[in-house]
Amino acid sequence: MPQIAQIADTYSSQIFWLLLTFGLVFFVIGLGMVPKVQGTADARDAKISGDLDAAKAAFARADEAEADYRTRDAASRAAAQATLAKAKSEAAKASEVRLAAADAVVAEKIAAAEARIKGASDAAMTQIETVAADAARDMVARISGVEASDDAARNAVKAALAHG
Amino acid sequence: MAESGKIDPMHQFAIEPLFGTDHWSLGGFNIAFTNSALYMVLAAVVLWVFVIGGMKRELVPGRWQMAVEYMTGFIKNLLVANIGDKGRKYIPYVFSLFMFILLANLLGLLPLGLIGMHPFTFTSHFTATGVLAIMSFSIVLIVGFYKHGFHFFSLFVPHGTPIAMVVPLFFIELVSFMVRPFSLGLRLFVAMTAGHVLLKVLAGFVINSANASPALGFTVGTASFILMIGISALEMLVAVIQAYVFALLTSVYLNDAENLH
Repeated sequence: MPQIAQIADTYSSQIFWLLLTFGLVFFVIGLGMVPKVQGTADARDAKISGDLDAAKAAFARADEAEADYRTRDAASRAAAQATLAKAKSEAAKASEVRLAAADAVVAEKIAAAEARIKGASDAAMTQIETVAADAARDMVARISGVEASDDAARNAVKAALAHG
Repeated sequence: MAESGKIDPMHQFAIEPLFGTDHWSLGGFNIAFTNSALYMVLAAVVLWVFVIGGMKRELVPGRWQMAVEYMTGFIKNLLVANIGDKGRKYIPYVFSLFMFILLANLLGLLPLGLIGMHPFTFTSHFTATGVLAIMSFSIVLIVGFYKHGFHFFSLFVPHGTPIAMVVPLFFIELVSFMVRPFSLGLRLFVAMTAGHVLLKVLAGFVINSANASPALGFTVGTASFILMIGISALEMLVAVIQAYVFALLTSVYLNDAENLH
């Protein structure tokens, strides 16, 4: 076994070169380079967790803003509905008033028209009576030759008109 | 393996000085640049190249940067799971340890023999694994005594121990504590050695049975070769698992030093 057979000749060389190479590895690579590599990895981990935290905070802010928006939206909807109801009732009142005024005007006009119609029909009735009485007197004079008085003819026409 | 003739499954562990450096010495100690040292340098260079790809520091990582960050994140999670947030300061050490052992194990498994080179696994030498184990154990001791002073010895007396049991339990716990560097270093050495020996022995079966006769070559040789494929896959798994075990146990021991029990 060379490990044992050669030990007297080689131990000093083995120990010397191992300490030299491992010392270089430890001081140059272990102390010089590894902390930088590990630092990069740690910085990345920190950045990732920092970014995640920032994203979470942004999410919370967005939720807050949305809740805020919802309350304001509900409030403005209620306000709009109140305004609408008020405007509706005001408009209804105003139109009622104008409607009443218009009704009065129309009723007045109807009454006047009715009065005119009544006058006209009365006048027409009177004329009809006169014409009918003249006609009745003519008919009486032709048939019987008796001259009927104006009053009698008029009464007979009135009676006939009253019976339809 | 007397009947395997020229094929020596242990030869792969032999350390040879390269480039005529066998006379190099430092303070009277030989520090020849061996094939083992070459693979240590290779592991360090491959690890360096690998981590450079993770240095782009982009917010959205590419594949390579993702791979490097996955490895550092894996070690970070291991330490945080075992020690807590205080474990983050050990990331440089445990990452270096884990990746260095992992690359050593994997580079030693490369099929470089196909192009005439000799791959070498320095983690199959307890002179190397022992240094790594002693280093981890020393850090545990230094951190433990620095943070807790002599109170660190309370590690050897678990909570709720009856008074009569304190002294015997203290020694039992002390022994189990002192055995840690040995178990740490020997586990890795044994696992890597055993796997490589097994692969070489099976390879010897293939060659020797084919040399003996065509019939033996087809039966024993084919069976051994199929087994080798499976065991090669298993060895890749062992390479990863042993590196992970080394890093895991280091972090478990560091937890004792940081938090006592």
